[in-house]
Amino acid sequence: MSGVSVSGLVKAWGPVRALDGLTLDFPEGSFFGLLGPSGSGKTTLLRAIAGFVTPDAGTVRIGGQSVDGVPVERREIGMVFQSYALFPHMTVAGNLSFGLEVRRVPARERARRIDEALALVRLEGFGGRRPAELSGGQRQRVAMARAIVTRPRVLLLDEPLSALDRGLRTEMQIELRRIQREVGITAIFVTHDQEEALTLSDRIGILREGRLVREGPPRAVWDDPGDAFTARFLGAANLFTGTPEPGGLRLASGALLAGPPGRTTGCLAVRPEAMALSPVEPGAPNALPGRIAALVFAGATVTALVEAAGQQARVTGAPSAFEGLAEGQPVWLAWPPGRAAWVAPDRPGVATGK
Amino acid sequence: MSAAPLALSGRLWLGLMLVFLYAPILVMAAMSLNASPFYQLPFEASTRWYAKLWTNREILAAAWRSVWIALAVAAIATLIGSMAAIALWRHAVPGRRLLQALLFPPIAVPWLITGTAMLVFFFGIGLDRGSPAVILGHVALALPYVIVVVTARLQGFDPTLEEAARSLGARPLTVTLRITLPFLAPGIVAAALFAFAVSFDQFVVSYFLARPGDTTLPVLIYTAIRKGFTPEINAISTIVILVSMVLMLLVARLARFGGER
Ligand SMILES: Nc1ncnc2c1ncn2[C@@H]1O[C@H](COP(=O)(O)OP(=O)(O)OP(=O)(O)O)[C@@H](O)[C@H]1O
Ligand SMILES: [Mg+2]
Repeated sequence: MSGVSVSGLVKAWGPVRALDGLTLDFPEGSFFGLLGPSGSGKTTLLRAIAGFVTPDAGTVRIGGQSVDGVPVERREIGMVFQSYALFPHMTVAGNLSFGLEVRRVPARERARRIDEALALVRLEGFGGRRPAELSGGQRQRVAMARAIVTRPRVLLLDEPLSALDRGLRTEMQIELRRIQREVGITAIFVTHDQEEALTLSDRIGILREGRLVREGPPRAVWDDPGDAFTARFLGAANLFTGTPEPGGLRLASGALLAGPPGRTTGCLAVRPEAMALSPVEPGAPNALPGRIAALVFAGATVTALVEAAGQQARVTGAPSAFEGLAEGQPVWLAWPPGRAAWVAPDRPGVATGK
Repeated sequence: MSAAPLALSGRLWLGLMLVFLYAPILVMAAMSLNASPFYQLPFEASTRWYAKLWTNREILAAAWRSVWIALAVAAIATLIGSMAAIALWRHAVPGRRLLQALLFPPIAVPWLITGTAMLVFFFGIGLDRGSPAVILGHVALALPYVIVVVTARLQGFDPTLEEAARSLGARPLTVTLRITLPFLAPGIVAAALFAFAVSFDQFVVSYFLARPGDTTLPVLIYTAIRKGFTPEINAISTIVILVSMVLMLLVARLARFGGER
């Protein structure tokens, strides 16, 4: 078991800089979730750690030692692929055995470790099946077992759950975390699903255009996203821009929005679920008059799009919170100052895709 | 895909197609089993022509030569062709598209011309007519088929399987031997059978490149017919047809030309 660290990683394909001077630590034994928009370099980073991609510059360290120039097969990694990549011509036991055979583990020891790994993923008795005879969730478990049966130093997972349907996905998230804890292995996990990353990870990192924009424990990143991009990326936050002054943020309309104390620079990010709507002016600070542009029902929650202060704000809450409100109706938008966060504005000239 | 039942007209049409394909072959096979040397009816079943084959040294020698030449061609063409197919698939070889496109035209060039060209070329480089020249010529004919069949199989191969194997600690050679080749095996066997058939059935190129006197079976049959038709020819031809058809049935089964990946 070892930690992983990358420093100054650069990888360019023609004009595209998939990795652009990326430095990041993956602490030993932690479950690290990598997030970022499509094309931000998550897969490239994982493949550089695995050794499938040779960086143009920078160093990858596993267990404190540089693995530059070390071929994939000698990096002692375990990988779980989105497509699982189970060997179709081998049984489940054969799949697990492969990594042990190439390491010349004696047959008896192999059998023991295969049984152990199958027990860990709760697939006892499935050793004789072919991958084609397994369900999606079972294949996922076999892929996990195969990746850890060789006792790698680090486990790399590139969107391992994205081929599963919703219910199974939640189940496998819990399984994934349980297995990782039991083995105590450092895991680096790429996902498109920010909720998944926030639930599972000890730490998350957010990539953008080949660079790290924010890193830390999920709660800390959620509460204090740091910049507008991260705020928007995690949970579609509402961003207010204006002139910061000691009391808060002065909007162009003249209204003053109170922010949390401390740093008063940049813009204010407010999450949709932190905001509330009322038909009459509330007697609280941070109240903006507006008009409901749309009400979107999504089962457990309702989202209202509200035109206020010259922009559109999203407000999300339980359906009961929106009773008596209708599209086109004038409303007041309010939130407690402590639920907003100061974030750095977008760098000028940088596209802010989600 | 679920197939809907075929209307009567469609079935007739299919039947007609099969008659068209197989009638001449069946007539020949029937005649090879007819006792009369002059195709006289009524039909009287006999295996005398087959028995007579066994005493015909010339035919036996040619048959044996045809078989071992086809085996050699299958071995050489399958080895070279499979490696080429894998290399073209795996690496971004410069001009890969062009290379792949260039594989097809030789299939379309009339054999008469290919044969002449080879004869001229081999003469030019000092390679005499004879079995080595025949083998070389057949390998050239069989290679495109091998590459096409193996490449078709490779299309269904998921390259992440190779990455998975490497992440598990296998060196590239081990990956090829234990992951890639087993997957390709049916395609490679099909390609070998194809190459065998291409060589075994080849007439024109063999006719040009073989030394008169020790020729392959198709060439011998041709010369024999020119001298005068004998029922033995029906018998040996029927055997050739059976061998070729069995080979192709195996190819179709292995390469799954009938759909299903
Ligand atoms: N082999 C390659 N050749 C050329 N460009 C590549 C290659 N691999 C990745 N790229 C480019 O590098 C950038 C980063 O790609 P990468 O696959 O790492 O993104 P990602 O964050 O994993 O995206 P996604 O969330 O869509 O999987 C993209 O612009 C991509 O087009
Ligand atoms: Mg990716």
